[in-house]
Amino acid sequence: MIAMSTRHILLGLLASGPSHGYDLKRRHDERFPQARPLAYGQVYTTLQRLVRDGLAEVEGTDSDGGPERTTYRSTDDGARELAKWAGEIAPPAPFVTNEIFAKVVVSILSGGDADAYLAAQRAAHMQRMRELTAVKTAPGADLATVLSTDYALNHLDADLRWMTTTAARLTTLTAEVDAA
Amino acid sequence: MSNGDSTVPLLAARDLTKAHGRTEALRGASVELRAGEILAVTGPSGSGKSTLLHCLAGIVSPDAGSVTYDGQRLDELPEKRLSELRRTDFGVVFQFGQLIPELTALDNVALPLMLAGAPRKDAQAAAGEWLERFGVRGQEALRPGELSGGQAQRAALARALVTGPKVVFADEPTGALDSLATEQVMTSLVHTAREAGAAVLLITHDAQVAAYADREVRLSDGAVLPAGVTA
Repeated sequence: MIAMSTRHILLGLLASGPSHGYDLKRRHDERFPQARPLAYGQVYTTLQRLVRDGLAEVEGTDSDGGPERTTYRSTDDGARELAKWAGEIAPPAPFVTNEIFAKVVVSILSGGDADAYLAAQRAAHMQRMRELTAVKTAPGADLATVLSTDYALNHLDADLRWMTTTAARLTTLTAEVDAA
Repeated sequence: MSNGDSTVPLLAARDLTKAHGRTEALRGASVELRAGEILAVTGPSGSGKSTLLHCLAGIVSPDAGSVTYDGQRLDELPEKRLSELRRTDFGVVFQFGQLIPELTALDNVALPLMLAGAPRKDAQAAAGEWLERFGVRGQEALRPGELSGGQAQRAALARALVTGPKVVFADEPTGALDSLATEQVMTSLVHTAREAGAAVLLITHDAQVAAYADREVRLSDGAVLPAGVTA
């Protein structure tokens, strides 16, 4: 199973040099600006697992006048694991599981108002697309922001096209039922 | 001419109907555009988007209904005054920018100013500034056929804005462009229109382009869909 993996992302951040947990969290949030921010606890747990599996090791500790911080570095095995993961094909939509799709199907099955749901969902998608477009085109937007907003906009756009097609299919289906 | 109150529409269409032969392109369409607002009009092919734009821009007359611009009904204006309004207050860009192929990019942009009576030298100086604002610097001497699709559209936008219009009508301005050229054209259009305080009526079938607008209205079968209704 290949998935968006915190361990591989942390290995990727360690590839540019040793780092400690707080710095890794900060750099993660910079590089993946529209992602859910990484929790500190998750960073430390993941680093411990990387060490356990021989993919990272402790470089040393320092306090720099504040609390003691442990610095980690990637091992050769960690670099190999990272290269393997980064080059592996992500399975293209192996399962069609999406909340919007599921709600429409359930609505049709239960005699609900799928059209009203689609209209409301469409409006919410457009609002989010306007927000993301404003973030992307703001003066000084950095590359990470542009890449992440592009990704989100293209996926929202794909959802919208599916919703538009589905709404048209529902209209045809309703007309056929009414004519019968 | 004034429209300082942003709650009063600068341009409003009420219950427009328009038929092309036996085909009813508009069936009671109503829409409002406020000063400085960027409004996307979306909808499937054949929903009446372009006909709505043509009516709002005073290019064609509706069969019924009214178009009001800054308190004046367009259908009550003498043709001479309507032509003047289209030249001074409106700017128009189509899917293929419709630059004049024999003229350089600079002269294409300078042309509306020269038609309004500006001396060629002044018109060219202003045109050069507008081309620069749209990122088409260094291409002033090229003819439209020598520009990329994105550069030609940005030159067409510069031509539409050079006279300082209050409304820019853009009909699928990125319809023939790839995604990166679309982004450059839309970013230029939105930033420049906001700086200039111009309202934009943007016709598009592309949700990613519509997302540059402040608001969206959707057309289906010649009428504006109420909020909460899919096509």
